[in-house]
Amino acid sequence: MTQMASDGEERRVYRWGMVIDLDKCTGCQACVVACRAENNIPFAGEEQAQMGRAIFWIRIMPVLEGEYPRVRQRFIPVPCQQCDNPPCIKVCPVGATYKNNEGVVSQVYARCIGCRFCTVACPYTVRNFNWYSPQWPEGMDRYLNPDVPVRPRGVVEKCSFCSQRIREARMRAEEENRPVRDGEVVPACVQTCPADAMFFGDLNDPDSTVSRLARSRRAFRLQEELGTNPKVIYLGEEDWDAKA
Amino acid sequence: MRRLEPESADHDLVFQPILRPGMWSFPVAGVLLAVVLWAGYAWGYQLMHGLGVTGLNRPVFWGIYVTNFIFFIGISHAGTLISAILRVTHAGWRRPITRAAEAITVFALMIGPMNIIIDLGRADRLLYPFIFGRFQSPLLWDVMAITTYFTGSVIYLYLPLIPDIAMVRDRLSRHDFRRPLYQLLSLGWTGSEEQRRRLSRAIGIMAVAIIPIAVSVHTVVSWVLAMTIQPMWHSAIFGPYFVVGAIFSGIATLIIAMAILRRAFHLEPVLTPRHFNNLGILLLVMTLAWLYFTFAEYLTTFYGGEPSEMAVFRAKVWGDYLWLFWGMVFITFVIPFFILALPKTRTIAGTVVASILINIGMWIERFTIVVPTLIHPRLPYDPGQYSPTWVEWSITAGEFAALALLYVIFSKLFPIVSPWEISEGEAEEALKASKSQRVVVEALARQR
Repeated sequence: MTQMASDGEERRVYRWGMVIDLDKCTGCQACVVACRAENNIPFAGEEQAQMGRAIFWIRIMPVLEGEYPRVRQRFIPVPCQQCDNPPCIKVCPVGATYKNNEGVVSQVYARCIGCRFCTVACPYTVRNFNWYSPQWPEGMDRYLNPDVPVRPRGVVEKCSFCSQRIREARMRAEEENRPVRDGEVVPACVQTCPADAMFFGDLNDPDSTVSRLARSRRAFRLQEELGTNPKVIYLGEEDWDAKA
Repeated sequence: MRRLEPESADHDLVFQPILRPGMWSFPVAGVLLAVVLWAGYAWGYQLMHGLGVTGLNRPVFWGIYVTNFIFFIGISHAGTLISAILRVTHAGWRRPITRAAEAITVFALMIGPMNIIIDLGRADRLLYPFIFGRFQSPLLWDVMAITTYFTGSVIYLYLPLIPDIAMVRDRLSRHDFRRPLYQLLSLGWTGSEEQRRRLSRAIGIMAVAIIPIAVSVHTVVSWVLAMTIQPMWHSAIFGPYFVVGAIFSGIATLIIAMAILRRAFHLEPVLTPRHFNNLGILLLVMTLAWLYFTFAEYLTTFYGGEPSEMAVFRAKVWGDYLWLFWGMVFITFVIPFFILALPKTRTIAGTVVASILINIGMWIERFTIVVPTLIHPRLPYDPGQYSPTWVEWSITAGEFAALALLYVIFSKLFPIVSPWEISEGEAEEALKASKSQRVVVEALARQR
């Protein structure tokens, strides 16, 4: 898909999406760890984590299916679903969250007033709040990613689809006067997945890996019935939602 | 009201608290102030360390601050709405209670929205909704509606106060240090025919205007929850359901306040059992209306049986919130219904007991609307948990103390029962009486 830019030049418009193959996912949580390192997510500590205060931009949702003895444990990695019709954006009183022109739901930390309306409006509960000032154990604070801002206390944060990596790839492509290649943007979770269960790319390009996989018969999205139109697509042989 | 000499006994009674303040109010105000200061400390502590000092977490991002917000905005409907309705319908018995009701509104509206500020992660960005406000957010609708309601309520409280302030002004000695205040606030009221005409016109306009504003306020408050797609929040009846609950707890608050004023200021001849009886009947109607809405809401959810809705429904009706939920139904409906339905128990003591139970119940109702939905989000399946900390409880206590404190201060500065309105009522009654007398006399004359 293309769009006229202000300088009259035709430019590609990307629509970033992710595909997660649940039939490959082992629930190893490598994506969770990679995400935390990449995105400067602070340490909550054990006590706070127990209270549900730990921040995760992607987390593994365990789903227990069936009853003993016919039990099946499944794992669903849940990042922000990057809805095309996001319930969180509508309710923000100050415009601190918005969908950018590449379809990524973004958060403006400097604008957020911390009312947490977006966090309660999100039907996937993927938004996080900074209950305390961010903290890292001694030494860890030297390994912060310089490309990602550290968030202050009292604001909401969420998965950005590793927007710093998207930006980098886009700038490189623009410099070389070509579109971003399929597979050129690799978010930290996708890069780390040892089972190769995660894919990232442009949903506007019908030939991209994610577009191809999204057309699979195994493809579904979480809580599709809500009309949120997520851009995170799951692949699964079996119905994952045994409880419904 | 039966009185022999108009313009004396009761009026003096009403001015007593201002002209000859009793000493009892200082210890009371002192205790209330201490609780408020403690809450201030708790808030300072929270500002220092962050919202982590509360019991809030993921997924329970909202807790008793939001509960308090809804509750206080609810009791703010005591006043203005009730007094406006009674004024518009020319209910004569309203006259001694409108002031007490309108004052509750103004003070509850000062405290309610404070909860949102306390609940903000970044209270320093308080003005952002005014600078960068996006009108599609129900929170901005709240800002608009509450600001309008507050402004309207202050005007509506002030207008009928003007003649009373003038009366206080005239009763204070020339050297009283408070005199300039009343001088200023009375706006040169002399009680001329023209002034009276203008005032009653202004009050009439405000009484009509304030009713839709009040309805809009609690509707919009409910929409903060109902506009999301979360289970058992996303309900079309939330607007009217909340408005009914608000008027319900508002009347209950008014009854409690009246009983205290009656005792503290010896207003027994003015605030009579008849007033409590009439308000008790209003309360009875509201408890039935509240039950109707609650029943409609819960039956619809249960019958539909949608899984994510049912997770919340189960938690409330036979799960973790069983005791809170049924306790709430018991003290907001079952007990008050019998107390208020039987004329024998619809006494001052009876209505006060019912009102206290109703207010506790309505706070729990707000709590069981806000929290169980968050405990059981659509995703993930694992339920959350929430137990408020000392910071949240302290601030909550401070808010109730602040309401009482503001009320004490107000009742020491201004007549909490309006002598002017009572005389107006008496004049009207007398006019009516003389008219009907004349009719009778004329009829008798014709018969002869």
